[in-house]
Amino acid sequence: MKTAASAERGFTLAQYLTCLIGIVRREALRFLHQRERFISALVRPLVWLFIFAAGFRQTLGVSIIPPYETYVLYEVYIAPGLIAMIQLFNGMQSSLTMVYDRETGGIRTLLVSPFPRAWLLASKLLAGTLVSILQVYAFLLIAWFWDIEAPPVGYFLIIPALLVSGMMLGSLGMLISSVIRQLENFAGVMNFVIFPMFFASSALYPLWRIKESSLPLYDICQVNPFTHATELIRFALYGQIDWAALAIVVAFGFLFMTGAILAYDPARGLLPRRGQAAG
Amino acid sequence: MQAAIVNRLFLGGIGAGLLSFAVLAAFPAEAYLAFVSNEKSNSVSVVDTDKMTTIKTIPTGQRPRGIAASKDGALVYVALGDDDTISIIDTKALRVVGELPSGEDPEQFVISPNGKTLYVANENDAAVTVIDLATRGAIGRISVGVEPEGMAVSPDSATLICTSETTSMAHFIDAASHQVVANLLLPSRPRFSAYKSDGSELWATSEIGGVLSIIDPAAHKIKETVSFEIPGVRRELIQPVGVNLTKDGKLGFISLGPANRVAVVDGRTHNVLKYLLVGQRVWHGEFTPDEKYLVVANGLTNDVSFIDVAALKVVKSVQVGELPWGVAILPQ
Repeated sequence: MKTAASAERGFTLAQYLTCLIGIVRREALRFLHQRERFISALVRPLVWLFIFAAGFRQTLGVSIIPPYETYVLYEVYIAPGLIAMIQLFNGMQSSLTMVYDRETGGIRTLLVSPFPRAWLLASKLLAGTLVSILQVYAFLLIAWFWDIEAPPVGYFLIIPALLVSGMMLGSLGMLISSVIRQLENFAGVMNFVIFPMFFASSALYPLWRIKESSLPLYDICQVNPFTHATELIRFALYGQIDWAALAIVVAFGFLFMTGAILAYDPARGLLPRRGQAAG
Repeated sequence: MQAAIVNRLFLGGIGAGLLSFAVLAAFPAEAYLAFVSNEKSNSVSVVDTDKMTTIKTIPTGQRPRGIAASKDGALVYVALGDDDTISIIDTKALRVVGELPSGEDPEQFVISPNGKTLYVANENDAAVTVIDLATRGAIGRISVGVEPEGMAVSPDSATLICTSETTSMAHFIDAASHQVVANLLLPSRPRFSAYKSDGSELWATSEIGGVLSIIDPAAHKIKETVSFEIPGVRRELIQPVGVNLTKDGKLGFISLGPANRVAVVDGRTHNVLKYLLVGQRVWHGEFTPDEKYLVVANGLTNDVSFIDVAALKVVKSVQVGELPWGVAILPQ
């Protein structure tokens, strides 16, 4: 497929890689220059871990549910949800940079590149996901000192899980960014996307507990892709693969990415129309 | 260049993962059988400690609680509180093969280190019955305080300790003459006591007092009191019950009942090192003979938790019968 595309457009695989590395490097540089972003990305889950989890430790209690093999403290339970939260925020923040880039003209520079648009957007997503993986490992390191330890194999198996979930959440962010006209609208994303996704998921409470209190909420949690991203990460961290979660995350990722590619397609997407409206 | 470094790191990671699997496969844990008394379901669950699964459930009489293995590992004794007897389980056939005359309402018992005598507390009778294991007959009866429960024998088999819950005392009994030689007042509702293997200290838990008393058994005096504090857990839920000390006396594990934790206490300094989360209302436990694991019974969650003694981590909880009370472990 790639070869056919390369032949058609006259690009070699090496050139595609150069393009990818260029975009990843740009994202990495931006990340390294924004220390506050790194610190805030880390502080957010740590506040949840140290303050929220400590307060709820006794009231909630967690019974044994897979992938756990014994009783776990609440902070151990919410760690995978906080990892997914890091990726969710990162995905949305990447989308914020898309809006910023569009305002400053950076996105046009990217999109006028002769490479296929899908490749450019996928590269941008991958770059954002790799940044989120760095944040996750920094979080895991601090969590380790807080007695949140996973089996050694989990620290390796989590990488593919983070790649898949990061790409899914990133493409959701990208899809959303295509309909945001101004940077200020990002507050709306917080209210209408990030918070509902985070709270109506298995990140903070096990699904069986949600089912006990509200069946409709349980159904909402079940269709929330963030729930499945959290479970994919949770199982991977304990050396297991949750195939159902993997399939759902991949499916949602494909859906969001297709949507984002279409939205950023000048021929039929939302971008030109909005551009014209703005202009 | 960067890609090469990433590749190397990735391959290195996979290599390390495979190596750890290989090491685990090369040194499997020793296999032992754990016998768990289930107070409510009137049975004893047999758990394979290597596979960490329940392999058989042996029906018993009413209300099995105190449980211990014979020194040669051929038999397991289990006290049946409502049947006023102690059942004998054959550990090869995994079935009940006989019984001992325990006296009324047997709860907890201890076998002397020389393996010859069994001492059982008769909770409703304020007495201790002495049973000769060779003849399977009662050879003595000792009057103690109200609601006797915790039983311990000194490593030299010379002194028997019985703690009585309502009288709040530890009774020091001369094993030869069956005479109480000293009584020591303990914090409220003492439940259990255990000797260090060198006989230098006796550790006794007080359920309502919420403390562990470190006793000098020669002087019959409390030399130190250890209290427990767990962030987020109400003080009244911290009810110390079971005590398990490693053979080298370096670590003590105290089951804290409804606090759902096992406290790890330093054998020398008596400082609490760690609290390990287990199931609800953790009661009594037993080490595997190699001391790799401590297996503790969680009464209200109907399971036993395996504690990795070297790592001080709970590795797995395994379902058993209803209201598990105590554990006895022997080589398979």
